[in-house]
Amino acid sequence: MTDLTRLSLKDLRDGIARKDFTSLEATDAYVGAIEAANDKLNAYVAVTADQARAMAKASDERIAKGEGGALEGVPLGIKDLFATKGVHTQAASHILDGFKPEYESTVTANLWGDGAVMLGKLNMDEFAMGSSNETSYYGPVVNPWRGAGGNKDLVPGGSSGGSAAAVSAWLCAGATATDTGGSIRQPAAFTGTVGIKPTYGRCSRWGIVAFASSLDQAGPIARTVEDSAILLQSMAGFDPKDSTSAELAVPDFAAAVERGVKGLTIGVPKEYRMDGMPEEIETLWHQGLEWLKAEGATVKDISLPHTKYALPAYYIVAPAEASSNLARYDGVKYGLRVSGKDITDLYELTRAEGFGREVKRRVMIGTYVLSAGYYDAYYVRAQKVRTLIKKDFEDAFAGGVDAILTPATPSAAFGIADQDLHADPVKMYLNDIFTVTVNMAGLPGIAVPAGKDGQGLPLGLQLIGKPFDEETLFAAGRVIEKSAGQDFTPEKWW
Amino acid sequence: MSIVDTRTPNPKYFIAGATGDWEMVIGMEVHAQVTSEAKLFSGSSTEFGRPPNSNVSFVDAAMPGMLPVINDECVRQAVRTGLGLKAKINKRSVFDRKNYFYPDLPQGYQISQYKDPIVGEGKVLLDLGEDGEVEIGIERLHLEQDAGKSIHDQHPNMSFVDLNRSGVALMEIVSKPDLRSSDEAKAYLSKLRTILRYLGTCDGNMEQGSMRADINVSVRRPGGEFGTRCEIKNVNSVRFAGQAIEYEARRQIDILEDGGVIDQETRLFDPKSGQTRSMRSKEEAHDYRYFPDPDLLPLEFDDAFIDELAAHLPELPDEKSARFIESYGISHYDASVLVADRDSADFFESVAKGRDGKLAANWVINELFGRLNKDGTAVTDSPVSADQLGGIVDLISKGEISGKIAKDLFEIVWSEGGDPAKLVEERGMKQVSDTGAIEKIVDEIIAGNPDQVEKVKDKPGLLGWFVGQVMKQTGGKANPQAVNEILKAKLGLE
Repeated sequence: MTDLTRLSLKDLRDGIARKDFTSLEATDAYVGAIEAANDKLNAYVAVTADQARAMAKASDERIAKGEGGALEGVPLGIKDLFATKGVHTQAASHILDGFKPEYESTVTANLWGDGAVMLGKLNMDEFAMGSSNETSYYGPVVNPWRGAGGNKDLVPGGSSGGSAAAVSAWLCAGATATDTGGSIRQPAAFTGTVGIKPTYGRCSRWGIVAFASSLDQAGPIARTVEDSAILLQSMAGFDPKDSTSAELAVPDFAAAVERGVKGLTIGVPKEYRMDGMPEEIETLWHQGLEWLKAEGATVKDISLPHTKYALPAYYIVAPAEASSNLARYDGVKYGLRVSGKDITDLYELTRAEGFGREVKRRVMIGTYVLSAGYYDAYYVRAQKVRTLIKKDFEDAFAGGVDAILTPATPSAAFGIADQDLHADPVKMYLNDIFTVTVNMAGLPGIAVPAGKDGQGLPLGLQLIGKPFDEETLFAAGRVIEKSAGQDFTPEKWW
Repeated sequence: MSIVDTRTPNPKYFIAGATGDWEMVIGMEVHAQVTSEAKLFSGSSTEFGRPPNSNVSFVDAAMPGMLPVINDECVRQAVRTGLGLKAKINKRSVFDRKNYFYPDLPQGYQISQYKDPIVGEGKVLLDLGEDGEVEIGIERLHLEQDAGKSIHDQHPNMSFVDLNRSGVALMEIVSKPDLRSSDEAKAYLSKLRTILRYLGTCDGNMEQGSMRADINVSVRRPGGEFGTRCEIKNVNSVRFAGQAIEYEARRQIDILEDGGVIDQETRLFDPKSGQTRSMRSKEEAHDYRYFPDPDLLPLEFDDAFIDELAAHLPELPDEKSARFIESYGISHYDASVLVADRDSADFFESVAKGRDGKLAANWVINELFGRLNKDGTAVTDSPVSADQLGGIVDLISKGEISGKIAKDLFEIVWSEGGDPAKLVEERGMKQVSDTGAIEKIVDEIIAGNPDQVEKVKDKPGLLGWFVGQVMKQTGGKANPQAVNEILKAKLGLE
């Protein structure tokens, strides 16, 4: 019998619907794969095998009755940032020890509503703060990919490192993820998977542990462009419980996948040609443009002049919001409590023990930039920069550009515990140099695997679209995927 | 904000000090709980007096991933209030986060409005009797969340938290520093409460905490430069406001006259001692790190929204008072007494409609209110209905009963109920206006008292004795006017 874990999400879904095999068989296969791999990869922080089997059986019953939703019986992994009722939900933080919410996030509720099966909760950087999945209280996730001939453990990227690794290593058919500055796209690029951050407002944030509310967006990580379209279809939609959710109908994303790029204009921003960027990434970018041209797209040089201010502005806005969003983790209501001699002591001890270094660093940066006397110089200016970044994109789109192609990351996956990156947080932050602008502007962005570096590690390209035009990204992403024509499955070593 | 002095110093309010006269300057921030079924950003009930933590949603408890959604009714209430305060309504306002740690503040921030409140400048008119009318400026009104309640007396070394109030909508109504005496301050609070109650936007029940005042007090030489202010927090009765201001002004004067300086600080009023004491100094003041709440979009509405609310605004006390004076010919004083409470005004109007307004006002204010006050009964629970009191007034107007009999009748209706006209009929209380019957009695009295008849010719004051005799004979039912006329004629006193 075929290994059900190796099927694409679409094929798995269709096979279950055709009763070629059952959801329970697929679920058992995935649970087995997780049990065999998780010690090595650390992708899951909680495996809900019993619940998964119960959900799978219910799916099989619906299928038997001729019912079933768009994801009926499909086993998924859920980033630990999503609230899942009665199930471990800790944002991979010590401070949420033992927290099991009494509610289900809108995005996961949408998935279960369409029949999907939950395999468990996926590891991530603590509170989604990180680009290597090394800030998790549960330890780093290991990238299923290794450099040619090497056995060095690499990071899967972050913050959705568990999602990317699990998808890449066949530990789920697809995964939910979130992206505040690149947390879907960068790990997707590092693991040879497809990740799309939809337009801000496309997916409800209700029930997703907040990092930076004005930037956070949920999206899928999947093995193919088509799978990501199917998943996003189910995750997205207006939610009156999220005031920033867009009251717009969700288009048929899967139908857009094979639409092609004929007649589209693809923008190439000159500001994304960074000094010191590896040549293989530069080459890949050109290759991507050639592929799109070959399929009938026009390439146009554009300028996004405020790009260089995006990362610094992001590292003001995101920590500012985070410092406030994380104030609720105070040891009073839920999660970790370290008692002290009085309430101030309790706050200090709880937060000192409960938060990791990176979270503390960002809470302190955020508190600082919002403080009296600094607010105007930092937060207000960063918001002005944000407006300018947004305008850069608007101008480009107004100039006839349909989508923008850039590299997804400035490098391939790097080693776990990289001394250089750990000594200098800013170097780590530079991982998001190509992705943060998209969050700052609230635009959709997709990362698609396009090639490999000299070590044989996957590299991704990013497509940036107009607001609520994810369809073009799926169509163009599919062209890249098809043109690359490579196998982006890692060699199994775990 | 530049402070403009709108008042002319009134020597009546000066406080004599050892070194000369002083004048108080008072401004108020009134927190008024919005009358609404649900909280400002959640669907939880606002019902008062429920067991602790029974009106708490996931949003109110700041569970991870929960998001606020504005309650439109609270917005309408704030706009209604703004209209009632003749204020500028801001069609675009912004919710900000005010960050601080406290156990009864589950989010770690209060959602409030900082730079862009929903309501701008307005005014409240105070009727100061012989000092005429003064206009007190309103600086702004904004919407914000209430906090929960910490309870410290239930356990030897733990505090309890009740989140029933957490997230309830408050309007903070900020006055300009236009008040100059504790009497004015009390009048302002009372008037504001009356307006809010008329509008139905706040129940104004200070003892239940639905309305509380933070009072800023400073002293200065009459008409001089504004002094340094102290803020007295959370005063919860009009009387305490007066006491707190008097104490605080005296305290500041004593310090200044001893050559000291006032420290800008936050103080608390202790009703038991009648004193204010320091709570925290300016140096200890929090840095609230306000910034726009990224979970909420700016609050925007159009003119049609405002116009619709304005069209359905109830008549407010100032307008009602003017109309009562105009339509019912009652005195300014009576009008002000009647409109101070909407139920009283409504009761009066029911009695006065189609009747003699002055007579109605006299009976409502002197007889009914007097009796209600004595019994501690609210006008809405009055045993004598407006219809019944109207019936009594009718009987007086038609000359069917005298004023004295009317008082007896009022007592009967109060304790036994019934239709006044029927009661008069059944109990033979009707005034005798039949001149023939009166003449007969007068003739008998004249015949039986020749001495008195002689004396009355020199001493016309004795007429009263004759009137008394007639009344005695008729059980007080004779029409006094008719008695007088007949007596005068028969005694030749004309």
